[in-house]
Amino acid sequence: MAQAEKRPRSFGPHLEKALTGINGLDEVTFGGLPKGRPTLVCGAAGCGKTLFAMEFLVRGATQFNEPGVFMSFEETADELTKNVSSLGFDLNHLVASKLLLIDHVRVERSEIEETGEYDLDGLFIRLEHAINSIGAKRVVLDTVESLFAGLPNPMILRAELRRLFRWLKDKGMTAIITGEKGDNTLTRHGLEEYVSDCVIFLDHRVTDQLSTRRLRIVKYRGSTHGTNEYPFLIEEKGISVLPITSIGLNHPVTTQRISTGIPRLDTMLGGKGYFRGSSILLSGTAGTGKTSVAASFIDAACRRKERCIFFAFEESSAQIIRNMRSVGVDLEPWVTKGLLRFHAERPSVYGLETHLLTMHKALNEFKPAVVVVDPITNLISAGNPIDVKSMLTRLIDFLKMNQITTMFTTLTSAGGPLEQSEVGISSLADVWLFLRDIEIGGERNRGMYILKSRGMAHSNQIREFVLTDKGIDLLDVYVGPSGVLTGSARLAQEAQEKGTELAQQQEIELKKRNLDSKRKALEAQMAALHAELEAGSAEMKRISEQEKERQKRGFEDRKAIALIRKADHESKRGGPK
Amino acid sequence: MKGKSVLNAGKVKKPPGEIWDLKLYVANRTLKSVAAFTNLTRICHEHPEHKYHISVIDIEKSPQLAKRNDIVAIPTLVKTFPLPMRRVVGDLSNTGRVLAGLALHPMIKTDIRVT
Repeated sequence: MAQAEKRPRSFGPHLEKALTGINGLDEVTFGGLPKGRPTLVCGAAGCGKTLFAMEFLVRGATQFNEPGVFMSFEETADELTKNVSSLGFDLNHLVASKLLLIDHVRVERSEIEETGEYDLDGLFIRLEHAINSIGAKRVVLDTVESLFAGLPNPMILRAELRRLFRWLKDKGMTAIITGEKGDNTLTRHGLEEYVSDCVIFLDHRVTDQLSTRRLRIVKYRGSTHGTNEYPFLIEEKGISVLPITSIGLNHPVTTQRISTGIPRLDTMLGGKGYFRGSSILLSGTAGTGKTSVAASFIDAACRRKERCIFFAFEESSAQIIRNMRSVGVDLEPWVTKGLLRFHAERPSVYGLETHLLTMHKALNEFKPAVVVVDPITNLISAGNPIDVKSMLTRLIDFLKMNQITTMFTTLTSAGGPLEQSEVGISSLADVWLFLRDIEIGGERNRGMYILKSRGMAHSNQIREFVLTDKGIDLLDVYVGPSGVLTGSARLAQEAQEKGTELAQQQEIELKKRNLDSKRKALEAQMAALHAELEAGSAEMKRISEQEKERQKRGFEDRKAIALIRKADHESKRGGPK
Repeated sequence: MKGKSVLNAGKVKKPPGEIWDLKLYVANRTLKSVAAFTNLTRICHEHPEHKYHISVIDIEKSPQLAKRNDIVAIPTLVKTFPLPMRRVVGDLSNTGRVLAGLALHPMIKTDIRVT
């Protein structure tokens, strides 16, 4: 196995990659940017190029001990420092500790007169000086295309830039060159022709009033890479790129089971509860107790001292805590103990991608074992169903990769097709619990059943779902010709059955007594007959003895007669028989 | 070619007292640098109405000066005095543009008095 893996590598030197340290980018690029080569990062104004490049340097300096040179053609060192300080990057400190060097190259067209041939040796020398003075491994040229505005001769510039990129490569610098997006080209001046090892395109789009930043790897020579558009976010700790879907379906699985928090539900699920790391979909109409089931699950997890996150898109954390107390689930101690964290947000505060990212961030920070999202259907207001589905797919993928057991609640609209999760994610769920209203005899009661549960034997029964002040209880429902009976109808049925049973018992008792007396009569009869039989057989014996006696006597008589007649042979013939 | 050279071009023709400060940034002794220097001295000689102080700075030897003075293209000629500061890039072969760039006198009176 190990040999098989190594074989393709032996064909030649593998492309070395430099980890960027940017959240998620290294996964999308399978290990970072090409080491010792320039990478072009392009995009329209305000798409985050400079920040991307700066984070690349800062992460390199702080995480990989690779000092970097930032050559800025637009902003001064001061401006840059201020701009990125909001992201927690302390450039001054990095500069002071010789991990970063910022060189602002100012090219003012109005001050420059071109009088003949020239080259960009000045730039080369400055860059070389900067690289050597801190031993840099990373270089950023932000936005080198401004030179086209400052220097009048594009022919010379092109030749010089080509030389510059070549030179960077020869120096073994992992470089990022940023470029502004052109009309029909990736960059305004066609830099992609010169920097062709890796091209990353950043985009900032607004759809339905929600803005999403996206990143796409246009090309990456000598390496596979994710080809999708990956949403990314500029947040308080820098850029976060998230892979939309994990590359393959290769989640780790476990046979470990965890309790649902409802003993009877555990029984229904093969007696042990959910698999750890599975995704549980809990759907139901309004007011069927979805949040209560979720809260019980969380309560059970916290009792096992596991960390939980509750993403609430409907109620505030205080409201959930108060409401859950009424069903005997007190979540507050877990919050104060730091085992449970609430993330209550309106779905419409930001776009789906941002939701996903904040969730990712919370998950990465808190590292929970159990996550509840209540309800996911509310996210639809933050995007269209297709987007919601893709986002949830990504979220579930992410959670499964991390072995986090997740419960999603979805609200199904009454009257609609019940067995349809609104955002069509039921196929992603390993366990699908369904809560529904059962409306009989002028009252509504709750019923619960398991629609599916992958990989385990589970009950096919509908249970009545009762919320008591001591928690959730699941009871058997009565299934009769009139359908399923719940609530008071069930109680009535119970009483009725008890009555019937009593009557039946009495009847049996009576029958028993009758049978008993009958048996006694028969026994008496049998005794009489027996006596008669015995008398009969005694008589029989006496008769047969009399007969024997008679025969014996007859023989002796004949013997005596024969003796008298002297008949020899006859005496022989007439022996006793 | 490193070092400073003061050219008193124009043989002291009651100068206005101002000495122009010209700095020529070069990198090594490349063809372009040499051409720029010869062109510059030629132009200075052709314009004896000012005094010139020309410094040739090899940024290969002192790269920090390149950063401090924002040098990108080589060769670059910077006029630091009198103000306004002006920059001229290239090997200074286009005399007309050099004169315009340095805000020296217009090139209408083409010089006859060659050095």
